[in-house]
This record gives sequence, C-alpha cells and structure tokens, in this order.
Amino acid sequence: MINYQWLYVLAGAVFAGFALGSARDRSNLKRWGNAAFWTLMTTSFWFGDFLGDVGNGVLVLALVAIAGLGLLGRGSAETTNAGQRQAFSERYGNRLFLPALIIPFTAFVGTLLFNYTPLKAAGLIDPKTVTLVLLGAGVIIALLTCVVWLKPPLIAPVEEGSRLMNAIGWAGVLPQMLAALGAIFAAAGVGTTIGALAASIIPHGNVFLAVLLFALGMVVFTMIMGNAFGAFPVMAAAIGIPILIHADGGNPAVIGAVGMLSGFCGTLMTPMAANFNMVPAALLELKDQYGVVRVQVPTALALLAANIAILYFAGFRL
Amino acid sequence: MIDYWPLLGIALVVVGFALRFNPLLVVAVAAIVTGLLGHMPFLKVLGVLGHGFNENRYVSIIWIVLPVIGLLERYGLQERARAVIADMRGATAGRLLIVYLGFRQIISALGLTSVAGQAQTVRPLVAPMAVAAAEKQHGELDEKTADHVKAMAAATDNVGLFFGEDIFIAIASILLIQGSMASFGIHLTPFQLSVWAIPTAICAFVIHGTRLLLLDRRLGRAR
Repeated sequence: MINYQWLYVLAGAVFAGFALGSARDRSNLKRWGNAAFWTLMTTSFWFGDFLGDVGNGVLVLALVAIAGLGLLGRGSAETTNAGQRQAFSERYGNRLFLPALIIPFTAFVGTLLFNYTPLKAAGLIDPKTVTLVLLGAGVIIALLTCVVWLKPPLIAPVEEGSRLMNAIGWAGVLPQMLAALGAIFAAAGVGTTIGALAASIIPHGNVFLAVLLFALGMVVFTMIMGNAFGAFPVMAAAIGIPILIHADGGNPAVIGAVGMLSGFCGTLMTPMAANFNMVPAALLELKDQYGVVRVQVPTALALLAANIAILYFAGFRL
Repeated sequence: MIDYWPLLGIALVVVGFALRFNPLLVVAVAAIVTGLLGHMPFLKVLGVLGHGFNENRYVSIIWIVLPVIGLLERYGLQERARAVIADMRGATAGRLLIVYLGFRQIISALGLTSVAGQAQTVRPLVAPMAVAAAEKQHGELDEKTADHVKAMAAATDNVGLFFGEDIFIAIASILLIQGSMASFGIHLTPFQLSVWAIPTAICAFVIHGTRLLLLDRRLGRAR
C-alpha cells in the first residue's frame, strides 16, 4: 500500500537535491549553512522514525540554531537572464503552461478516479495520503515531461529547486514547526486554560453578547494556534454547546458551521498560519514578511461581521 | 484554580513575532517555555517537540513541486503568463483575481482543494498575471504597488480556499465539527453543516470581490 513512507522517501530525495544545489552555489556566501539546513530536513524525512523523540527534538534545535544564528543566505547566480527567458517564452509559447498544469490536472483526475472508481476499495493507496500521493505523482510526471521536452542540463532541476527553496528559506520549515508547537500547547493544557477563561467571562442571558464572544473567541484562539481546528473543540465545549445551544436554544448546525468559519477569519489574520500567510510572502519575494496578512485583514474583519450576523439571525431568529 | 502560566508561551510568540525575531527561534523558545511552565521536565519537552515535528513531516512535502516550477521559470513561464495577459483586452488585476476567486471557491467546494495553491498556481501563474494586468492599467509599478498586487493574489487564493472548502461534505473541518458536536450528544449530518457554509461563502465572494474592484480603481487612478 502506498502510504506516507513512500512520500517521505521522495521528499527526502528532493531535499537532498536542495542541499546539493545549495552547496554548489558559490554566489551564496552562507552556502554551507543552507546545505546543512536542508541536509537536516533530508535526515528528518528519511530517518525521523529511527531517531527517537529526543533525537528528533535535537534535530529541531539544530534547525533552529542554523536559522536563528542567521546562517542561511541566498545566492545571486542567475541560471538564465531576463532576455533569455523572454526568448524561451516566445519560442515555446503557450505550450509552456502544459507542464505547469500537469500537477493540478493529476490532482483533479486522480481525486475523481479515486473517489468514483473501485480504486479506493482496491487498497493500493492509503486514503489518508491520497492528496499528497497525487501531488507526488504529478510532480514526477511534470518533471519527466520537462526533461524530455526542454532538454535542460541534468543538474538544472537541482539548481532551480534549490534557488526557489533558498528564496523561501526558514519560512519553508515554519508550518511544520508550528504544528510541533501545537503538540506542546496540547500537552501543557493551553486549550483547556483558554476554554476555562472564555467560559468565565461569558455573560448569561444575553444571546447577542454570547454569540459575539463565541465568534471573537474562535478568532483570537485561532490566531494563537494558527488554525481553527485546534480552537473549535475548545470553544464549542466552553461556549458553543453549553450556552448557545443548550441554554439559549440555538441551531446546532449554524453554530457549528459558522463558528468554524469565524475561526477561518482568524486564520487570515495571523502569522501563525504560516503556510497560508508567511510562506506566500516568501514565495512571492515580498519585502514585508507580513505583506499577505496585512492585505487580508480588511476582508477578514468584514467577513467576521457577516459571520456574526449569520450566527445571530440564522442561529436564533429563523 | 486555573493555571495561567502556560499562557506565557503565547505572549512570547506574540512579542517575538512583533519584534521580528527569526520565527523559527521564536516558536522553539515559546515551545520550550510553555512546556517547562506546564511542569514538564526539559527532556520531555524536547521529546514532545521532536515527536510533533516528526509526526507532521507531511506538512513540508509540498516543496517537492519547486524543481518543476523552477525549471519552467528557467524557460520563461512567468514571462509567458505576463504575455498572455498583455494580449488580453479588458484584463485588469481586479477582474482577473475575481475570476480566480470564483474558480478557487467552486473547485474547493467540489473537494478539489489541492488543484491550486500558493506554490502550484499563485507563484508561477496568478501573481505574474495579476502584476502584468496591473501594469497595463497603471503603467510601470513601483515595488510597493507590485508587492501589494502580489499579496492580493496570495490573499485571493486563501480566501477562495477557506470559504469554499467547507461546502464540500467530506472535508476535515466539517468532520471535526461533526465529531466535536457528537461527543456532546448532538448529532448532525455533514450535509446540514455544509449547507450552512454557503451563506458565508457568498459573503466572502462579495466582500473580497468588492475589494478587488477597489484595487482596480486604485490602480487606474494613477494614470
């Protein structure tokens, strides 16, 4: 059965490529820092299950030390210059989009095939991993297509991959690190504390105020945890179920669905949701690392107001 | 009596991010402080951190797309994306992003959340297209305006994903709501929940779409 292990072997190999590409880039004064950083990630993907919990913890501290001491840099070597890219773009035309579309297309067709044919029952792919397996398959097909069609130097995928990875730098590991922080928060009982805190300030008898505190609680707690999934069970147990549903008689489906969506407004406003907010800023090479969060705040606040109105009117007045 | 000390870790994260220390460092320090204040011995904290990191490796798998994207950029993909927009009459950054917003919401509502994304579509296609359209409206963009347009492209992807995916009944967040409610004896079907994601999805389209039209006005004015 194809499971996470297969993907970790593939990802480890790609990160080994990033390490190799970084080490070869003489235009990066800190190239050995970058190479060490991506080598640690390769180690994690390939051997993480054999290192033990404390061993993995030490690996995490090593990653943090490299990033925290400013040992990561970026090269300035151009693989092709603007003029060459323009010429290639004219020569290959719109066909250049095809390999880029192979990855989403594989995800699309693969998801449909998996869900609507006997493939699911065949047990070839672990259902939990199907999205990532399709991503991996798409990447391999797209890469082979590019190599056969464009005939780049064989080192080119390694060079180009590490060019982009080093542009992203430490931000690429931040989402995984925040997930680990979530594990610590859970073990230290942070969620229970926040739930108790929220429940202790809730006023009884005023439905609108209770709705407001529920929605704001979802937003704030989501901003702290970086995702609404950690916040929802806590806020539902503290306010949503005992007060809004049991005491005030609200519609459970509205409170559940729109409560979660209020949390998503918080996701738009926090750097803790790194894969959505910090990573794109790095990917797009924005000057301000909070540039994406900043433009999302107005949408998030307006939508939060809309959610509070939906919670109140659809939850209690319909 | 509630023990508030572990919350100090949260305060450290907020302060550390605000002062722009390296986020990896901030998160690691906050994790260790939170664990110690939660009465865990240091080695236990290190173990929980390491275990959490190892269990969540799948989060970082997405970066395997970079060699493909980088290779295509080497052969002029971003230039091509810009050229397509330059040839398209009536294309503006706002209109382009509104179409993308609708597309992203609809495919996410069909459960196809990973068809698009920041690495797969925004960096190689959507952001360069939006910048090219903005250049048609505005002329040459200064760095600040170009960054604003790119940030809007990334934001549009997030809004479309977040406020589309919950309409699909088999998405993780719907199952989590159902599970949390069931543990308190409230039984809901995924369908009941996903229906109530629709009003918010419509509001999201209207609100963010309006902001994108305002972006067009802002870009057009400078001409």
